[in-house]
Amino acid sequence: MLDIFSIPLPALFGQLLLGLINGAFYAMLSLGLAVIFGMLNVINFTHGAQYMLGAFAAWLMLTNLSIPFWASLVLAPLIVGLFGVVIERLFLKRIYHLDHLYGFLLTFGMALVIEGLFQWRWGSSGAPYPAPIPGGYNLGFMYMPAYRGFVVLAALVICLATWYGIERTRLGAYLRAATENPTLVRAFGINVPLLITLTYGLGVGLAALAGVLAAPIQQVSALMGSNLVLVVFAVVVIGGMGSIMGSIITGFGLGLIEGFTKVVYPPASNTVIFVVMALVLMVKPAGLFGQTK
Amino acid sequence: MHDLLLKVENLEAWYGESHVLHGVGFEIGRGELVTLLGRNGAGKTTTLRSIMGIVGRRKGSIRFDNQETVGRTSDFIARLGIAYCPEERGIFSSLNVEENLLLPPVVKPGGMGIKEIYGLFPNLEERRRSQGTKLSGGEQQMLAIGRILRTGANLLLLDEPTEGLAPVIVQRIGDIVRQLKQRGFTILLVEQNFHFAATIADRHYVMEDGRVVDMIAAADVAQSIDKLQTYLGV
Repeated sequence: MLDIFSIPLPALFGQLLLGLINGAFYAMLSLGLAVIFGMLNVINFTHGAQYMLGAFAAWLMLTNLSIPFWASLVLAPLIVGLFGVVIERLFLKRIYHLDHLYGFLLTFGMALVIEGLFQWRWGSSGAPYPAPIPGGYNLGFMYMPAYRGFVVLAALVICLATWYGIERTRLGAYLRAATENPTLVRAFGINVPLLITLTYGLGVGLAALAGVLAAPIQQVSALMGSNLVLVVFAVVVIGGMGSIMGSIITGFGLGLIEGFTKVVYPPASNTVIFVVMALVLMVKPAGLFGQTK
Repeated sequence: MHDLLLKVENLEAWYGESHVLHGVGFEIGRGELVTLLGRNGAGKTTTLRSIMGIVGRRKGSIRFDNQETVGRTSDFIARLGIAYCPEERGIFSSLNVEENLLLPPVVKPGGMGIKEIYGLFPNLEERRRSQGTKLSGGEQQMLAIGRILRTGANLLLLDEPTEGLAPVIVQRIGDIVRQLKQRGFTILLVEQNFHFAATIADRHYVMEDGRVVDMIAAADVAQSIDKLQTYLGV
């Protein structure tokens, strides 16, 4: 039989694929968090709720309006991103000059309110979302469901496109510069408050996009984000706050580590990320890709 | 004065609780090169920052091209055609040299082209892919000046462009500032280095304790040298 360390290969690859898929979501979510933190100096604890809103938007559009998955992939991030813009204009912009703690309390509170409302209206058992690409492929050493393969590729494209947009374009240069010195960037004639609002909208839209992609894999439920977001914060801490490429690499990498742990020692799979976090913080307090300010 | 570009009257400014400017007044004609001289803490930098709209609170009047700018945000003021080169230079470390150079958006027609700017600062072209903050102090200063020449702004606020630089670089910056004046830029220069300022400026305003206390034209510098030395404490 094909096996390594007496682990059958199909089981190993199966778990690594699951890890890769989880990693894809870690990467997309931590990316949004990193972009938001860099620009707004706010740790967005509403991120998990916004991810859930993306999944719900897709599910509600499908069940009530028969809007298919592929349209939701564009519409849901726009709707939820717009909701993010409203939140930024109404609430967040009032707390930028205050300590991080206030941003934490505000965004954490908003997450509880949003998740509470959804739980109250739709319960917490969750609703299924049909897979938009049925079937799968036998790769010889394992079976690959087609939609899961698509999610990994889509996440890679989304992450790299975001990286390119921030690191290689004019608008991205405004964003990086405004992250460093917003006063001076504004004194060059750039509308920095608008840039901040759009950045938050973009980060929230990314979370919603991840939510739409997750809908056919997970149950669409009010608490789907709160389970995930804790791990994502650990990923962000490991990768280093504010580093774009760092978030992407750490997200995928930790997903794989988690998947691998599920094969070799399943009881540790829920804690391995936090163990890695503790180890990284001991050696590099700013995270693997972070810079100490 | 023939064609007034900037007129500052009764300008007061605060940083938090501390009242820094106490009624500053001066004016600059189109195409002039004017300096603000004075000791440390006299309010020169704060005056530039007030014109740019980036101090905590301001009162009084700053008219640029006959438009009142007190009460306006700094991005609005920049778009009127005022560009700022800060004392700490403000080069962005997450941007390379060319990105730094292209960062300030064009606000009016008539700015210099990127080729022309590279012609003025050949070092910057050689190092255009380097991280902005990896440049030497002199190169960073040239980058900080170079990037505001593209935008079409006609009033340049330069805050101590020679600070901490070697004499040969100071001379080079002096040449460049003179060339900019010849090109028609109006320049307000803050300087500690009076000998540098004296060689290039049309007029000097002297500041003390948050006020403008004297004005000396370039032609009168020689006979006012004693007075100036008292002002500047040199």
